Amino acid sequence: MKWIALPLVAALLILLPFLAGDFYINLASQILIAAIFALSLNLLVGYGGMTSLGHASYLGVAAYMSALLTSRYGLGHGSAAVISIAGTTAMAACFGVIALRATGLGFLMITLALSQVLWGLAYRMSDVTNGDNGVAGLTRPTPFGVSLDGAASFYWFALAVASFAFLMMTIFLSSSFGSSLKGVRDQPRRMAALGFNPWMIRWITFIYAGFWGGISGLLYVYYNKYIHPTSLSTTSSAEALLGVIAGGSRTLGGPVVGAALVLLLKNYASAYIERWNMLLGVIFLFIVLVMPTGIVPGLAWLVKRLRRGSR
Amino acid sequence: MQFWIIQGLNSLSLGGLLFLLSSGFSLIFGLMRLANLTHGAFFMLGTYLGATALRSYSGLNIWVTAIGAGIAVAAIGGLFERLVLTRLKTNPLGQVLVTLGMSFIISDACLMLWGGDSIPVPTPQNLQSPTRFFGFVFPTYRLVLVGCAIGAAIVLYYLLERTRLGAMIRAGVDDGQMARAVGIPVSNLFTLVFCLGVGIAGAGGVLGGPILSAYPGLDGDMLPLALIVVILGGIGSLLGAFIGSFIIGFIYTFGTALFPELAYIILFLPMIFVIAFRPQGLFGRVGA
Repeated sequence: MKWIALPLVAALLILLPFLAGDFYINLASQILIAAIFALSLNLLVGYGGMTSLGHASYLGVAAYMSALLTSRYGLGHGSAAVISIAGTTAMAACFGVIALRATGLGFLMITLALSQVLWGLAYRMSDVTNGDNGVAGLTRPTPFGVSLDGAASFYWFALAVASFAFLMMTIFLSSSFGSSLKGVRDQPRRMAALGFNPWMIRWITFIYAGFWGGISGLLYVYYNKYIHPTSLSTTSSAEALLGVIAGGSRTLGGPVVGAALVLLLKNYASAYIERWNMLLGVIFLFIVLVMPTGIVPGLAWLVKRLRRGSR
Repeated sequence: MQFWIIQGLNSLSLGGLLFLLSSGFSLIFGLMRLANLTHGAFFMLGTYLGATALRSYSGLNIWVTAIGAGIAVAAIGGLFERLVLTRLKTNPLGQVLVTLGMSFIISDACLMLWGGDSIPVPTPQNLQSPTRFFGFVFPTYRLVLVGCAIGAAIVLYYLLERTRLGAMIRAGVDDGQMARAVGIPVSNLFTLVFCLGVGIAGAGGVLGGPILSAYPGLDGDMLPLALIVVILGGIGSLLGAFIGSFIIGFIYTFGTALFPELAYIILFLPMIFVIAFRPQGLFGRVGA
């Protein structure tokens, strides 16, 4: 079953630009970007037990760095991308040292405070970040001379990056390091007694999550060709967290489904009503109260029950 | 000299406001182990309610308005606690997420009801004339605000340390299960403390109105300040919230006055410092 479904989904994803119009291709690209972002957040939330409310920092900082380096300092896309990812990862390492002094709610509050500080900087330091106007007039890179300006070519680029990200994160989690991460999430004291270093395991995961958050930020700024402080806001972090939790935090595929749902909802809802933030809040309440384990585990449970019933 | 004195007074009044905001946050966290991310939104709701009341009835006293708005906000908070938070007692992460959801709902509702323009709140008339003191001029309202925060701190201290109710709350903070076992109605205390905490924030919102004015995004500006205050001062500690508020008040005011672009970075330096050397905060007994 799995071996039939997998190539089918892959073929469908690759052939999507031939099947749909530009609007849907662009929507799919956005979903892929949101999926990488949610997956990276889920490394922390689902597998590390570290609920971060400041993950937008990595997306935003990588996006801002790339935007400023290419537009203001005239760097090429290649070197700008390397510098922004290296910078974002280094920032994640510093933030990790601060935030991981605490666990649980303290961790959440520190990540929130740190990301709010960055958001404030993006708004107020208008000499550098252009403040509320954002940084506009950006370009997309041309890897190996291929232009990404078309909807389809950008989609394939995003698909390639997203597949690679998914693969890398799957390997990360199924490795022995991933197992020790889950051990630290569930029983940190026993893991420490077994000779593992829980802090180091959490810190490395934090940096890794920041790295992939930065990658999604690069794609984000390439796609939009524009960056604004709202990308760094709590709303942005909260949307990703909602995607992770709605989809199912302790699963690999859950965040992808959740991120897609949040994005689709945002796109369709904003066509009819102005009140996206209020809707987001209501969905938060609904998901936490009604579906605390998320959609994917809920569906898996349902499928299991149906199968058992048919037998 | 005038600059330093005025900025010093501004720092004190911002510190006083921050205390009204963060004392409730700290109390709620201490007793309920709940990071109430709705706190900034409740503060903003208080400011908007106060702005509307004071602008439509010019004879209205700001103190009465503050108490009224505090009660209104406390009522909304109480409903939220009873209807939503109690259902999630075993799920601390879920609790934080619903408070975040609630803060989005409240701030968007404020945007819908009051629009996107900032609404100035009039300073009470009898406090408009400046106070002269040793040849320096002080805005009277800010002086009164500092006094107000100190008054609130004394009342809260008395309530927590000298009354039976305070003893029950402290027992709940120290060991909720034992408190329950000896017959203290901890779950009713939760509701009470939540109402009290958000009520103070709502009243603080009204009192802060003449300085800050009501604008969309006020909640997002105030919440991180409250978070930094409680991380700095120690979670669940009233004294920590008090000292932390004034430290942050000074750093933020002087930071914005002297290095406007770097104010946010300067703001979080003391937090890093405290987290690095004393993760439980200056006056906290336990880590978060």
